[in-house]
Amino acid sequence: MSEIQTRTADAPAVEQAAAVPDPKLTATDLDVFYGQKQALFGIRLGIPANQVTSFIGPSGCGKSTFLRCLNRMNDTIEGCRVEGTITLDDQDIYDRKIDVVQLRARIGMVFQKPNPFPKSIFDNVAYGPRIHGLSRDRTELEEIVHVSLEKAGLLKEVKDRLEEPGTGLSGGQQQRLCIARAIAVSPEVILMDEPCSALDPIATAKIEELIDELRSNFTIVIVTHSMQQAARVSQRTAFFHLGELVEWGETPQIFTSPSDPRTQDYITGRIG
Amino acid sequence: MNGENTHIVSAFDQELAKLNDIIIQMGGLAEAQINSSIHAVIKRDTERAGIVVEGDKKIDQLERELEELAVKVLALRQPMASDLRAVVGALKISSDIERIGDYAKNIAKRAIALAQVPPVEPLRSVPRMGWLVQQIMKQTLDAYITRDPAAATEAWQRDAEVDDLYNSLFRELLTYMMEDPRTITACTHVLFIAKNIERMGDHATNICEIVHFMATGKAMPEDRKKTDTTSFTVVDKT
Repeated sequence: MSEIQTRTADAPAVEQAAAVPDPKLTATDLDVFYGQKQALFGIRLGIPANQVTSFIGPSGCGKSTFLRCLNRMNDTIEGCRVEGTITLDDQDIYDRKIDVVQLRARIGMVFQKPNPFPKSIFDNVAYGPRIHGLSRDRTELEEIVHVSLEKAGLLKEVKDRLEEPGTGLSGGQQQRLCIARAIAVSPEVILMDEPCSALDPIATAKIEELIDELRSNFTIVIVTHSMQQAARVSQRTAFFHLGELVEWGETPQIFTSPSDPRTQDYITGRIG
Repeated sequence: MNGENTHIVSAFDQELAKLNDIIIQMGGLAEAQINSSIHAVIKRDTERAGIVVEGDKKIDQLERELEELAVKVLALRQPMASDLRAVVGALKISSDIERIGDYAKNIAKRAIALAQVPPVEPLRSVPRMGWLVQQIMKQTLDAYITRDPAAATEAWQRDAEVDDLYNSLFRELLTYMMEDPRTITACTHVLFIAKNIERMGDHATNICEIVHFMATGKAMPEDRKKTDTTSFTVVDKT
């Protein structure tokens, strides 16, 4: 344990994390283990509300692990142990009293590969509101579906074929359908795990434009392998390396003059 | 792991090295042009002046070459952090050097004009200014090559000396012209030559600031006090 503390004590990110005013999500001294193997070391990070925060780093650096901690997706992984705290608006999300289903309604997620349910476009978006009982009747449900599709920038393209299967849409449309499905339950935070890596550049640009629009209503966290994407869509960037949060700050700062040599080497495409 | 490491894509390293080489070559040429143009003035050497005027084309051509390469690197490699600063810095430095070259060329042209009129006394101060700027230019280029922010700051501070020399030469020329209006043609050329040298110094300080930013990612801290006061200078007609 002492070794871990020494490692994280040097990290400049520790001081910076404390500097976020009014964070929506806050991780404090977060350690994550998969069995005996430690995957994250003392992460301290504040995620500000109504901003896009991106996580970057080489494969296996812990960024996806950390993302999955934020809505307790790691609960489902055998042998995964989380220590430290994560708070959502000052509420500890690992508190025993927390209903995980409710938590995931507040913190939605969009995955790398679009994964619409084998149902109609309408039912895909209506799924969440139905199981959470968010509408009293069909009219209200239709309203929610329409508004969500609209916000996801998809309504115009699908409004005449809401009963067709969601799987029949193009990849980019499917991903926007998944975003519509995520926002249908009015979450506060949307986590995105490489949402564009299976999409072509045009579909990617549409999603990026959408992310920028969504941030006025939601807090967004995105994991991406494309540093250009992180630079384009996020206001804040966190760089992970070997399970540590190496550096964290405003995106323009990180991409023009990072303070840690490891960040520098990674984002400039040097071996790191 | 540090900034000295090579890129995974080695062609990127070669392109950055090429940008670096062009800047060094441009800087070396500009330094030589300053030297030659001042010599042409004091030795009344019109042939040498002609060579300087011709020589400026090479600097211009290198600037275009650098611009093309820099734009290509930006478009194809999307450089980040220190690489981005290196490319943007090279672009800016090249235009500063190009301007320095233009001033040298202008001095050479005036050397040709001055060779046709009788020499004037204040001309003696010109070489001192010229050598000083040439030295600052050399220091600046060394700071660029080594990416040394301390050396850049040192070179930057020396521009105050250039301004001081310029201020006194400006006053001297005004006095001289009032005393003997027949010298106005020559003195005006000398005045412009001095102004050109002073501007070269300013461009050198720009380069120092860029080098500092390239090396550290931060702007140079304090503002240097402007010591060129000639814009406010009047001479009493007594």
